[in-house]
Amino acid sequence: MPQVTLTVNGKQHTVAVEGRTLLVELLREKLALTGTHVGCDTSQCGACVVHVNGEAMKSCTMLAVQADGAKVTTIEGLAAADGTLHPMQEMFREHHALQCGFCTPGMVMSAIDLVMANPQGLPEDEIRAGLEGNLCRCTGYHNIVKAIAAAHPLMHAKAAE
Amino acid sequence: MYDFAYQKPTSLADAVKALSGDEDAKALAGGQTFIPVLKQRLAKPSTVVDLSGLGLAGITVSGTTVTIGAMTRHCDVAASADVKAKLPVLAGLAAHIGDEAVRHRGTIGGSLANNDPTADYPAAVLALGATIKTDRRSISADDYFQGMFTTALEQGEIITSVKFPIPAKAGYEKFPNPASRYAMVGVFVAQTAGGVRVAVTGAGQGGVFRHADMEKALAASFTPGALDGVSTPADDMNNDIHGSAEYRAHLVGVVAKRAVAKAA
Repeated sequence: MPQVTLTVNGKQHTVAVEGRTLLVELLREKLALTGTHVGCDTSQCGACVVHVNGEAMKSCTMLAVQADGAKVTTIEGLAAADGTLHPMQEMFREHHALQCGFCTPGMVMSAIDLVMANPQGLPEDEIRAGLEGNLCRCTGYHNIVKAIAAAHPLMHAKAAE
Repeated sequence: MYDFAYQKPTSLADAVKALSGDEDAKALAGGQTFIPVLKQRLAKPSTVVDLSGLGLAGITVSGTTVTIGAMTRHCDVAASADVKAKLPVLAGLAAHIGDEAVRHRGTIGGSLANNDPTADYPAAVLALGATIKTDRRSISADDYFQGMFTTALEQGEIITSVKFPIPAKAGYEKFPNPASRYAMVGVFVAQTAGGVRVAVTGAGQGGVFRHADMEKALAASFTPGALDGVSTPADDMNNDIHGSAEYRAHLVGVVAKRAVAKAA
């Protein structure tokens, strides 16, 4: 069985996996990090998005072995140790950017990557285009877009500190 | 997904060997098509050979060509200052493949080896007359694409890079399926050293194809108006719940004009 060594939310793990084990299966079933969701399981919905070496990727469309040596961040890794929410999480709460909440982990992870990749600013149409790979079946998009727009200056102010 | 043995060779020769000795072995590039295929149990490889350890990613530019390593991701082509400067149409095409998370993993070599009939890169490669380099030879675009999901690649043959000649002018336009965002019709037009070339993806039953009548019309005048009256036969078009063959044939004309209008 292949061994995978990866760092998840700052903690290193070495796990034996099958070749076919998906990254999301490793996270949820081996590491009990169930914040990352499996929605469509067909690479469409983005509920499974995590950061691999800082970039948003669909963990249901990636083998665990492909994450060998990688730094992975999941939704559980965003808040500070004292429970202070990440600015994106805080703005999702502030703007009520969730209804059932199923898509939220993937939305937040994609949104953080989108904001960090666009320091110059993020007009509404670019936020909407940037969320192309994340589906909210409650269709709660308006508030998600508002939350991301509100988080942009907060995150870049924090990054500049 | 069926289980398989996993290998990650560190040399091209080892990768070729792993794929050549076993006809059920399959290569893994970015996996954005292959992993969904595995999950649906549409493939049952004995061994999956991961090509990410071969150093095949990277972009190099010369005066007249842009060469992209097979394992270069869509996001890296889209963001490359070199590609934006020398072949901006290709950076724009790469920026609209799938979604951002998919572009962080999907690769040009994977897309071309798979030759999905609705993929974007085949249109660019065919219209620009690019050359596909493999571990053993160079293949011209006109010889490479051999029908839906079919290419000139032999068992175990690995794409190493794609060399694009820089055109005088080129444009790409796609009409994405409103749900999947795959190209219902995508048309790539280019004024190349070898004349005007037009490649159509998404529409044809046989995958990407060149449109000879449009090439002739655009050679006379590289303007959207030159395509007035140039028809596309519906016979060989895809015909499914997303659009009839006649609808797609009509779209080819509309989308081609838009591609010419935005060509730069």
